[in-house]
Amino acid sequence: MAGASNNVHRSIVTTESRSVRWLLTGLALLFIALFLVVPLASVFYEALRKGFGLYFQALVEPDALSAVKLTLIAALISVPLNLVFGVAAAWAIAKFEFRGKSVLITLIDLPFSVSPVVAGLIYVLMVGAQGWWGPWLIEHDIKIIFAIPGIVLATVFVTFPFVARELIPLMEAQGSEEEQAAMTLGASGWQTFWRVTLPNIKWGLLYGVILANARAMGEFGAVSVVSGHIRGETNTIPLHVEILYNEYNFVGAFACASLLALLALVTLALKSFVEWRAEKQAEAARRDATE
Amino acid sequence: MPRLLAALLAAALSLPAVADTTLLNVSYDVMRDFYKDYNPAFTKHYEQRFREKVTVQQSHGGSSKQARSVIDGLEADVVTMNQSTDIDAIVEKGKQINPGWEKRLPNDSAPFSSLQVLIVRKGNPKGIKDWSDLLKPGVQVVVPNPKTSGNGRYTYLAAWGYALKQPGGNETKAREFVTGLFKNVPVLDSGGRAATTTFMQRNIGDVLVTFENEAEMIAREFGRGGFEVVYPSISIDADLPVAVVDKVVDKKGTRKVAEEYLKYLWSPAGQDIAAQNYLRPRDPKVFAKYAKQFPDVKLFGVNEFGGLQKAQKVHFDDGGVYDQIAASIAKK
Amino acid sequence: MAFKQHSVLPGFNLALGYTLLYLSIIVLLPLSALVFKSSHLDLAGFWHAVAEPRVVASYKLTFVASALAASINLVAGLLIAWVLVRYPFPGKRFIDALVDLPFALPTAVAGIALATIYAPNGWIGQYFEPFGIKIAFTPIGVVIALTFITLPFVVRTVQPVLQELEKELEEAAASLGATRLQVFQRVILPTLLPALLTGFALAFARAIGEYGSVIFIAGNMPYVSEITPLMIISKLEQYDYLGATAIAVVMLGVSFLLLFVINGLQWWSAKRLGRRR
Repeated sequence: MAGASNNVHRSIVTTESRSVRWLLTGLALLFIALFLVVPLASVFYEALRKGFGLYFQALVEPDALSAVKLTLIAALISVPLNLVFGVAAAWAIAKFEFRGKSVLITLIDLPFSVSPVVAGLIYVLMVGAQGWWGPWLIEHDIKIIFAIPGIVLATVFVTFPFVARELIPLMEAQGSEEEQAAMTLGASGWQTFWRVTLPNIKWGLLYGVILANARAMGEFGAVSVVSGHIRGETNTIPLHVEILYNEYNFVGAFACASLLALLALVTLALKSFVEWRAEKQAEAARRDATE
Repeated sequence: MPRLLAALLAAALSLPAVADTTLLNVSYDVMRDFYKDYNPAFTKHYEQRFREKVTVQQSHGGSSKQARSVIDGLEADVVTMNQSTDIDAIVEKGKQINPGWEKRLPNDSAPFSSLQVLIVRKGNPKGIKDWSDLLKPGVQVVVPNPKTSGNGRYTYLAAWGYALKQPGGNETKAREFVTGLFKNVPVLDSGGRAATTTFMQRNIGDVLVTFENEAEMIAREFGRGGFEVVYPSISIDADLPVAVVDKVVDKKGTRKVAEEYLKYLWSPAGQDIAAQNYLRPRDPKVFAKYAKQFPDVKLFGVNEFGGLQKAQKVHFDDGGVYDQIAASIAKK
Repeated sequence: MAFKQHSVLPGFNLALGYTLLYLSIIVLLPLSALVFKSSHLDLAGFWHAVAEPRVVASYKLTFVASALAASINLVAGLLIAWVLVRYPFPGKRFIDALVDLPFALPTAVAGIALATIYAPNGWIGQYFEPFGIKIAFTPIGVVIALTFITLPFVVRTVQPVLQELEKELEEAAASLGATRLQVFQRVILPTLLPALLTGFALAFARAIGEYGSVIFIAGNMPYVSEITPLMIISKLEQYDYLGATAIAVVMLGVSFLLLFVINGLQWWSAKRLGRRR
């Protein structure tokens, strides 16, 4: 973005004529309006078309509230788990050289490209009644699939790479000189991590957490396969949206959908803020380095 | 942070345990409205009779999808499906229900039935009167997918049976007839509810084929002004079976309440609620009371096809007649 | 060569050990359950399940629609990235943030919103209806949904490269008499190529597996608008676990392949950038 303002002062040969600029900007904005703004607006429009009263009624309905609760539980468990994993994986991968590193990175990326439906299916095959451990689990009366643990597992799977993916390139770029300096000055490993590494990566970490959280709360395909759709019990908000939609309760469906859309907007705002802070931090670091 | 996590985890794990007796009724899409009325009536009845509180939980989805969940370990105390084959699948693949379930309750364990009707736009602009009108050029028919929906399967079988029963009807002609019908289908939704949305909300198609009771739900949700119900000259008798899931109730110790829950469906009160939701009751007295909302239609049963299980094998399994029909339509 | 090069930093064993354990429990074990389950099928059975005409038709739709969606975003993504980096206009920060909406908006919400807009009586669909063009509940609807879902990928891979692009090269080319179009074709485009391809591949990989947004808008007609993930669900609903697993294994294989392609592209991209610096 910084580059944009510089361009104005340059000679005209490296930019386009005013009309071309307008045309391209217009086209880009039109595309964004058609593909992003219109769908977003339609969610709120459909949710509110019968008035605020019905809208709020749909949101405080017990089944909707329990869906919100379950969604929060799933996100609150899966995001911290993947946060700890992301930091551990990034530490091992970015700070050390070892064989098989690129294979490990590829495996960490795998959940990104596995279809959510496949992600749900694998847990059915593993812990479903007809699956690997199904009979044992039933015998010991441990409920995983069609209960909260199954939903959490599927959510953990689909949000698996987010934090690690943000941290690995960041920590690789930062190198390990600062940590080595701290160690030589006598700091312990944990002290080094808490006082040196963590402050350096906190914005990247937050960025990953925000993205993982958005995905965790919005996951549909994988959770749908393992949920069992028990009303007020194992429905997350996206599943509740589908059920309401299939019951012709469009106001209710879009009201719950608007909650998720609001979450998406908050996510985008937070993300922009974090990016802005990260940029500032990087600039400050650069300034310190040159002084 | 770790303490918070532990607390959350504990809360999450303890959630499924509820103090009262809890029944889980795993049912299909369009039964939601019925059980919404029936469950409070039943809990009241049960409390009065046995001085015990019961909470009934519901799970709804496509009939076969729901059966699949039970097979995979969804701990349903009772299943209430739209096809006996879905319950048979639980018997065979999951073994959670003992064979012979259909003999444990009256009417082959089906407390009520429905039939396939034709829903057309206001004023019936295309002049739809019977199954044969669905094949006319320019008529679009919305039907749920017979591969995934019991609703779609009944439609397919109803059309097949209609063609068989026409003068000079035979299997070849029936197949041609059904092929012609599905050629006019613009959208195959995965379940009955999605098909209704396509027809009513998206305004796609001239005819929606669905259960009689679903027509009433459409009227309640979308108003009575937008459509008309056409009863064809002949239709299929769709029995809607129920069963106790033996393995689950024996483990949870809920057999008594689960059996009572299903038995109560045959009580005058249960039958009355069914009739109010436009499900055809078995009780002649209740039927008489609501007779004017159930027009007389000539019906044939699935025994025309040697039972649903055989129909499933011949028509709907992979590589079956329906697949061949779908392939032949796609090639044209 | 030792497994690990020496380092003064501690915690390698703990960090790597934990990483591998967690990776195994969450990802590798479940995925191996999938492969193990499919091994119950012999080769002929496996082939029968994955090469059935209806499933093959779903591969065709999934791949073609994904490729189309990724191609649309290749052009639109480059355009958006270009406009965001090069031209000043009001509300730019907001638009920049908005590009990530498809990452943040749950797919089911996107699905019902798109189905509502593009239905024949919807906001956009109604303008196509008079011309006999149907968008929702046809393969076009699938392409639309996938275009929405994969919109940010190309923008986000091209944007940083474009920001770092050195103006001097363009100036040099221009002073040698190249027209603006020539500069774009000969100087800018080749530099962006690795990033463009990476974005394309990421978008393509994501589109192939997408389920939530597509099922609401696809119409799900056999041989016409059924996507491959839906075939897995459909097999499951017919209690055909082995068939579902076999198709899932095929999809998993494709995911793996695409990941390697993407990693290769990223490596190429990094090398390209490194050389220029």
